[in-house]
Amino acid sequence: MPNDLYHDIKGAKRRELIKAAAAAGLLAAGGGLSTLAPAQSAKVKVGLMLPYTGTFAQLGVAIANGFKLAVDEQGKSLGREIEYVTLDDESDPPKGADRANQLVTRDKVDVLVGTVHSGVQMGIVKIVRESGVLHIIPNAGVEAATGQLCAPNIFRTSFANGQPAYPMGKVVADRGLKNVVTLAWRYGAGEESVAGFKDSFLKGGGKIVKELWLPFPNVEFQSLLTEIASLKPDAVFVFFAGGGAAKFLTDWKAAGLKGRIPLFGTGFLTEGVLEAVGDAAEGIETTLHYGDGIDTPKNRAFRLAYAKTFKLQPDVYAVQGYDAGLLFAAGMKAVKGDVSKKKEMIAAMRVASIDSPRGKMTMSKAHNPIHDMYLRKVVGKENRVTGVAMKALDYPPSGTCKMPA
Amino acid sequence: MDFPTSLIQLLNAVQYGLLLFLIASGLTLIFGIMGIINLAHGSFYMLGAYLAFSLTEGLGSLWLALPVGVVLSVLFGLALEWLVIKRLYARDHLYQVLLTYGLILVFEELRSILWGDEVHGVKVPEVLAASISLTENLNYPVYRLAMSAVCLVLALGLWWVIRRTRLGMIIRAGSVNRDMVQSLGIDITLVYRIVFAAGVALAAFAGMLAAPTSSVFPGMGNQVLIICFVVVVIGGIGSVQGALVGAILIGLVDTFGKVLTLEVAGFQLLPQLSGVTVYLLMAVILLWRPEGLFGSHD
Repeated sequence: MPNDLYHDIKGAKRRELIKAAAAAGLLAAGGGLSTLAPAQSAKVKVGLMLPYTGTFAQLGVAIANGFKLAVDEQGKSLGREIEYVTLDDESDPPKGADRANQLVTRDKVDVLVGTVHSGVQMGIVKIVRESGVLHIIPNAGVEAATGQLCAPNIFRTSFANGQPAYPMGKVVADRGLKNVVTLAWRYGAGEESVAGFKDSFLKGGGKIVKELWLPFPNVEFQSLLTEIASLKPDAVFVFFAGGGAAKFLTDWKAAGLKGRIPLFGTGFLTEGVLEAVGDAAEGIETTLHYGDGIDTPKNRAFRLAYAKTFKLQPDVYAVQGYDAGLLFAAGMKAVKGDVSKKKEMIAAMRVASIDSPRGKMTMSKAHNPIHDMYLRKVVGKENRVTGVAMKALDYPPSGTCKMPA
Repeated sequence: MDFPTSLIQLLNAVQYGLLLFLIASGLTLIFGIMGIINLAHGSFYMLGAYLAFSLTEGLGSLWLALPVGVVLSVLFGLALEWLVIKRLYARDHLYQVLLTYGLILVFEELRSILWGDEVHGVKVPEVLAASISLTENLNYPVYRLAMSAVCLVLALGLWWVIRRTRLGMIIRAGSVNRDMVQSLGIDITLVYRIVFAAGVALAAFAGMLAAPTSSVFPGMGNQVLIICFVVVVIGGIGSVQGALVGAILIGLVDTFGKVLTLEVAGFQLLPQLSGVTVYLLMAVILLWRPEGLFGSHD
């Protein structure tokens, strides 16, 4: 009995197959349908290689949302329709190069947009340098990507790690706070941040009393807080982000240091953690290229459109993704959607002036953003912009980038 | 470093060590008694922290959240043992590592689905929200001191159960010869289930206790997992006293490694290498006593 059943199914399958083959033969004989569409009207493939799972999942989603919003707003003016190929990079550095390669060679994307994690970013940079595929970095701050490893086809719409920290050095020095302790995770972003801060702070006449470090992503701060209390510096500069930042701010307050020693950091210290830390962050000042209360028509329109489309409030990551979309659009418009004219596209992107929600943004010689850096202060659940710490900041200096013509 | 600062650092070290002990004690119980390498132990710590977050929101206070959370995590541990872990007893360590690693991924994904990927905070209960002034500009949160006290009480309690009660005797016997205990008419399956659930509850309790000071965030369990394995290996597998001594040692080395400056021949060793001091300690102890400080010789 079971055998008969098996034969029945097999038989049915065979009959289906024969029918399908006959149908295919008829179609092929008919001819018309098998002709390929002309290449010009094929869609432009955009690869979105971002973290969609894990700790950085929210950042990946915000960036993808921002990018798509920008592209949708530009609509037909791009000259061609856009097709997305989405790939979760899981923020897993060892697989970065392989995954980027998959988008480039298998999916044949015309533009690769990504990513968040600097380790994964290094893998992508390797692949796009080899293949020459147009590439836009919407977050990762690793300085080499627009430094030693810069290339004509690599653009960034976020920041280089030292960039948000550099203005803070000047702010602290200008306030006459001379003796400063720095504290950060000892890994790429932490080290480049502290270096950026020191650069302008030492120029302003400040002195680093001690550099304190802890291994990434260790969050046992207690001993370092005790050390800071005994050093009694005029101010402390820190680099932490995400869950670690939330824990740091809570510990800082619990140790009684809040209000006694002024605390400064890059904006990442207070992004996305204000709900979690209660009043522990109140009054803390940070520097970043975006913040709450930027009262421009562009920013208002962007925030409204984003909130309407995704039922979410946009953050700095959404802005970076949105601007990646705008930069891409600037290139597309210059060649009327013909992505094969890569040289012209790159030339247009290089000189593009992006009307970003953050303000005006242009590209440096190394293809890193030149933008205003805001000074922000935590007020309630907002990172309220209180002023511009540095206008049109191009940092780090493009000296390490030997851009081939 | 002046004398008062050194004393405060010592307090920091002990306090960190005691919390590590609380997490690692469950790991050493499960590892030493049941022979299970449980990589998902950090996930139970994370589960505890997220339970503390949700239950405190729902019930209004951490005091209510703690007992409810412990009961839930015991039930969770019992269910997990019955569903998954019991299939591992007769198998090789490789299967255990594979399966419990898989559990980490499952728990992380469940956490993401249930709670999302945001960072959360848990309020310190009113009574313990104060802090004691230690120096002119440094306070010590009362909550941290209370945490240490709870950890000490639990350490004593664990020692008493394992050394002084009938259940403890059966557990110890079961860890040496499972079959013999069974043939003496004792339901060893049940004993194992209890031990596993207790291990889960200890880790989850540590997570709940730490939640107000550490905030609650994705991946928080993986950070403590590795350091807890170091504690267990240093202390000797399965030894609760060993875990306590190992945890305090690590607290000391980690704390002072971050803040002391040590230069040898012009090359800065500390704090440049503070990330590896803990592992150096482990290597040295294993060279001296391969079975760990309190490990048995078999």
